[in-house]
Amino acid sequence: MTATTTTTAIAEAAAPLDGRPPVAPLLERIRAGREFGANVYSTIDVLQVLYHRVLRVHPTTVDDPDRDRFLLSKGHAVAGYYAVLAAAEFFPADWLDDQGGPASRLGEHPDRMLVPGVEIGSGSLGHGLGLGVGTALGLRAQGRLEPRVYVLLGDAELDEGSNHEAITYAGTNSLANLTAIVIDNASATHGWPGGPAARFTVDGWTAATVDGRDHDALHTALTGHDGNRPHVVVAVVDPKED
Amino acid sequence: MRDTFVDTTTALLADDPRTALVLADISAGLFVPAADRHPDRVLNVGIREQLMVGVAGGLALTGLRPIVHTYAPFLVERAYEQLKLDLDHQGASAVLVSVGASYDRPEAGRTHLSPADVSLIDTLHGWTVHVPGHPGEVAPLLRTAVAAETSAYLRLSVLSNDRPLGGDGALQVVRDAGPGAPLVVAVGPTLDAATAALADLPVTVAYTNRPRPFDTAGLRDRAGTEVILVEPYLAGTSSRVVSAALADRPHRLLALGVGREELRRYGSADDHAHWHGLDASGLRRSVLDFVSPALR
Repeated sequence: MTATTTTTAIAEAAAPLDGRPPVAPLLERIRAGREFGANVYSTIDVLQVLYHRVLRVHPTTVDDPDRDRFLLSKGHAVAGYYAVLAAAEFFPADWLDDQGGPASRLGEHPDRMLVPGVEIGSGSLGHGLGLGVGTALGLRAQGRLEPRVYVLLGDAELDEGSNHEAITYAGTNSLANLTAIVIDNASATHGWPGGPAARFTVDGWTAATVDGRDHDALHTALTGHDGNRPHVVVAVVDPKED
Repeated sequence: MRDTFVDTTTALLADDPRTALVLADISAGLFVPAADRHPDRVLNVGIREQLMVGVAGGLALTGLRPIVHTYAPFLVERAYEQLKLDLDHQGASAVLVSVGASYDRPEAGRTHLSPADVSLIDTLHGWTVHVPGHPGEVAPLLRTAVAAETSAYLRLSVLSNDRPLGGDGALQVVRDAGPGAPLVVAVGPTLDAATAALADLPVTVAYTNRPRPFDTAGLRDRAGTEVILVEPYLAGTSSRVVSAALADRPHRLLALGVGREELRRYGSADDHAHWHGLDASGLRRSVLDFVSPALR
């Protein structure tokens, strides 16, 4: 993470050109003087593009069976998630002021039973994609063909073997209403030679690998599914610093 | 028991469009007709137990009622964190149905022994556990579990009593030795061995096929000073429940069941019942040792 990219991301978040509510002050509010890791900033661009331009879900439709689902599998990337949800008014911004407090609904990992708009409780890596596959199957079994299921993971999270159970099954069964998003900050200890996307495409997924800071490129990639196969978007961001 | 499970589940899938079945290859051949009729609700994920439970959680989040089935050690032990997180933590629920109870298939060795399954489920909150003692008990227990909203574990076995006993999970007295007599609670397929072992002894024998929630009210009604648990899974699994239910009374508890030690022996289920002291002679010896002061 360079200072320049961080500044650019924060500036965009602070003053969206289209009149959207700014995320940056909310992120600062939840930060409350703490030092955030780069992972918070590496995820916020994707979250903003998803919630502003892609997902068909709003505070009034959090229980609508035909809503799009966003499943945050890497639950530690939570500060930006809370800020984006608060900016979109899924819950009051006041909640940001007491993260982790005894009466708070906002933990260091999100809990769907406590936070409106949160689709899964996560924190232990490798659970979101399996839940996403089940959600996509459940929607298909009920003839709900409009909603789409998006699952956000990290490249290091792909180390967990449970992901590979889900990737192969979704690909070989043409689970067309599923999109995986991999934030690739090159943090997997043993790496993914050839890139994370190859782990998906070998099983029949379509894939797009894009600059994780470029909102237009992210938007194109996140809406680039072909309707027949599951789709993966690899969002490449600055490598994690040790 | 497995055949009854297959028939009942096939009927449930046809009758209720909320019902779904998730498999990991085990028993998949038996569900081919159901899969042909309901390809979107009979889902065999292959030999992927983590995904099997994750899929069940996702299905439940969309409003379906998943039945999840495979061999007991792979269903409960291998995918334990998925049970904890992909079901309970999400506020989602499912009906788990296992085959391969304890030492149902001892010739397969340790990998296919699962005496700890009920103990593991018992670390979770709010689950119902059904341990049928006869194939005739399976269908009503499965239908009840699927009709409920909460999670349940249905533990099928190749071991069985001679006759089915119905009931709603409350303790059923099958032999009454009168007030104050030692109370033997036999769970599921242990009943016949327990009644045979204790036929001439002044002990009351009660049966349940629903160890969770345990019928603590029935226990308090029937229990004197001595309580003997006979469980077809890990010895002591229900000790904490009995102790808590009788905390306000002086009592003694003997908990019989499958031992923790890995025996590293093959043989038959009867052999293992003998080695774990769960055959009639072993049960008689243990119970006599425990209650003999009272009998004298």
